[in-house]
Amino acid sequence: MLRVIGKRIALLIPTLIGLSILLFLWVRSPPGGPATALLGEKATPEAIARVNELYGFDRPLLTQYLTYVGRLLQGDFGVSINTGRPVLEEFATRFPATLELTVVALVFAIGVGVPLGYFAARYYGRFLDHSSVVLSLVGITVPVFFLAFILKYIFAIQWGILPPDGRQNPRIDATHVTEFYVLDGMLTGEYDAAWDAFLHLILPGLALGTIPLAIIVRITRASVLEVQNADYVRTARAKGLMERTIRGSFILRNAMLPVVTTIGLQLGLLISGAVLTETVFAFNGIGRFLRDAIFGLDYPVLQGFIIFIAILYALINLIVDLSYSVIDPRVRVQ
Amino acid sequence: MRLAAVVEVRLVTRISAVAAVIPMDTGRSGRNHSFTREQHMSNRGTSVRGSAARKRAALTAGVSIAALLLTGCVQSQREENTGAEGDSAVDSTFVFAASSDPKSLDPAFASDGESFRVSRQIFEGLVGVEPGTADPAPLLAESWETAEDGLSTVFQLKEGVTFHDGTPFDAEAVCFNFDRWYNWTGIQQAETTSYYYGSLFRGFADSPEDAVYESCEANGDNEVTINLAKPFAGFIAALSLPAFAMQSPTALEEYSADEIGGTAEAPSLSEYALGHPVGTGPFKFDSWNVGQQLEISIYDDYWGDKGQIAKTIFRIIDDPQARRQALEAGTIDGYDLVAPADTQSLKDAGYNITPRDPFTILYLGMNQAIPELADPKVREAIAHAIDKEALVAQTLPEGTKVATQFIPEVVDGYNEDVTTYEYDPERAKELLAEAGYPDGFEVTFNYPTNVSRPYMPTPEQVFTNLQAQLSDVGITVTPAPAAWSPDYLNQVQGTPDHGLHLLGWTGDYNDTDNFIGVFFGQEKLEFGFDNPELFSALDEARGISDREQQTELYKDINEQIAEFNPAIPLAHPAPSLAFAPRVTSYPASPVNDEVFTEIELSE
Repeated sequence: MLRVIGKRIALLIPTLIGLSILLFLWVRSPPGGPATALLGEKATPEAIARVNELYGFDRPLLTQYLTYVGRLLQGDFGVSINTGRPVLEEFATRFPATLELTVVALVFAIGVGVPLGYFAARYYGRFLDHSSVVLSLVGITVPVFFLAFILKYIFAIQWGILPPDGRQNPRIDATHVTEFYVLDGMLTGEYDAAWDAFLHLILPGLALGTIPLAIIVRITRASVLEVQNADYVRTARAKGLMERTIRGSFILRNAMLPVVTTIGLQLGLLISGAVLTETVFAFNGIGRFLRDAIFGLDYPVLQGFIIFIAILYALINLIVDLSYSVIDPRVRVQ
Repeated sequence: MRLAAVVEVRLVTRISAVAAVIPMDTGRSGRNHSFTREQHMSNRGTSVRGSAARKRAALTAGVSIAALLLTGCVQSQREENTGAEGDSAVDSTFVFAASSDPKSLDPAFASDGESFRVSRQIFEGLVGVEPGTADPAPLLAESWETAEDGLSTVFQLKEGVTFHDGTPFDAEAVCFNFDRWYNWTGIQQAETTSYYYGSLFRGFADSPEDAVYESCEANGDNEVTINLAKPFAGFIAALSLPAFAMQSPTALEEYSADEIGGTAEAPSLSEYALGHPVGTGPFKFDSWNVGQQLEISIYDDYWGDKGQIAKTIFRIIDDPQARRQALEAGTIDGYDLVAPADTQSLKDAGYNITPRDPFTILYLGMNQAIPELADPKVREAIAHAIDKEALVAQTLPEGTKVATQFIPEVVDGYNEDVTTYEYDPERAKELLAEAGYPDGFEVTFNYPTNVSRPYMPTPEQVFTNLQAQLSDVGITVTPAPAAWSPDYLNQVQGTPDHGLHLLGWTGDYNDTDNFIGVFFGQEKLEFGFDNPELFSALDEARGISDREQQTELYKDINEQIAEFNPAIPLAHPAPSLAFAPRVTSYPASPVNDEVFTEIELSE
């Protein structure tokens, strides 16, 4: 097991080097560069030239790349051009927000999606099945920003029962230790602050979790349908095993493999969905930060972010692969 | 003191007061912006809703898992709320939605509106702005006198003023600030950091031949003389910019305000600019949670009137739609740059809309690198083809004025008798025929998308409107939309590859050069023309120290530009702010000189 993990991590290194070169060139390919974006209407040709010179954007790409890699190896991701703060610090304050949001979205998607898919398959062809199919279709097709907008309009503006935006009520003077606001509130005993932070996660969590939810419903349903008609399930029933054992150990467990793979893939989708959700809900996560970096051609942020995401993806894939062996003994043997 | 005033989450009673998705209705408030108490009382009354809808919605809410989950919590919030707030007449915390974080808390190294919005609360300059106008007024300097040659000005300083850290504000502090700006080097001089000093004072200690500033002398504690190397007619007016606000010398040194990196690809903010700004203004800095909120609170030893607000929270909400929704949900008290389409519905729902007097210009640029547009007859034809009145009425916010020249009326040098091009499609067609295009011609029209600038809230609408008007006289435009930044800005300002285009400017202070000098002071790829006569006229006007003489010259230049017609001034759009009903007065200023001590709250 350890060897597998070690090998996976070793493979990551050449991937990252290749990626760093590619994205270095790619990020710098659009014309204009960050100087135009920084200067806005004030971008006279002289001002652009001066900024390029002072910031070093006019140096040869190779020089720029070597400087960049040199600093990267020392753990220095550079300074954001837009905000003037170290990239790593920017991520450190924002990533917990996105992670909190992602967890809520995933809990929602899995917590509702798996049972719904399972029962849809169990009551195949009945009302619950049909409605789950229709609902998941709607869930997949509704654009995230539109859903976010509607949720906010109904729950925050019309009914006023959930906060419309942000991570916490601005008037709460909460202590932040980990930057995970819900956790912070629990650690410091400020339970009202934790609860407030949790409330702020509900609407964006629902908006972000809907597409993964719909996909999980469909995959679970299809997978359970396939398994519950398998020969070994029939054999188990013939043997007179308890229905609970059959459903739990035979059907659900075997049906979970494709579902786990899907959940792993959904994590990537969640990050891209976070860009839209975080914008609509003025939620201070990396999604919103990334959007600003793209519009401002914030080289260091874009580069740092993509490397960061690559590592994250690799880790998620690793976890997904490892979880196979927990669910499926055959994988362990191989 | 956590949860001292939790008011954000609406009370549980709201759950039963729900009307499904019914837009806020009726109750027109007048067009008058000084609102009366009666007005918002009546406006507030409009939110009462039908009981049938209430039942239906209550049912829905009951079914909704989320609502059930929340009922308990919301109740608890209410209890704490009543406990903490008591019956005090006015909630002295003011929450304002900013569209972005400030770029820097050090105003000398900033040039963006959100930085200045915050620094106007924390800092004060020698010179302020006459309320509601763009004219300079005494602030930290009680009076000043400029020598006849325009090169030296003696300021009498206000006595008994201290910075938030206790450092006295005196002549020495003034000289410290002036010398600090003058002695910047390297990346500190970049337009992205010290834009205003660089563009107005033109040179630094390492390039004294360009520099406008020469020296500063403290004559005792409360008198200071600033010597200039060259005349600068806009000197006093320029000092009203937040970029030239007085900062505490002690804090600047202690938190190494001038250390802004430079080894990296991007300059990093100094410790000072990240969290230790110290000025003499009514509010002192408390905290900045980047991307979320920035807090300031009243400075107890402030020399002037402290007003009603004890604490201001700037929440960062970058999406315009989200700002409006936050106001509607009651989590903020106000926001800036209301979308024109939102003003009426917000007003109807009882919110207060405050427009600023326009200090902006939106123009249609005509790139003369395109052969057709290099022909003066064609440019004249385009000018006659555009119905500005219709454009303003259909696409721009209330309060917007039609433009005849590139400066707003309140700026010196505005020429009442400037040559104008009446809307006359027939004349336009004749001119096109004379120019050799009897059947019209095709031209690219560049415009930005998904962006809202104070002078151009909805570029797409402006484009559609102009496209239709131009096609009426036979000019077919090829739409070339692009994302504002970096694509659009780069294409229009950095390459000759564009045709007609939309751009504009928001003025910083009463300075004519800050408008027309920026546009037409030199050869630019944006307009693609070389007009040495115009360039030298602008250069000459800039160097004149006598304001009256300068104003006359600018009037002539405005006429010269109108005749040359390099671009068509379309409108002076008026940006508006929106506030919750409890905000009864806001000191709207054309140049955004809005200090929150002037805000009046009713509850």
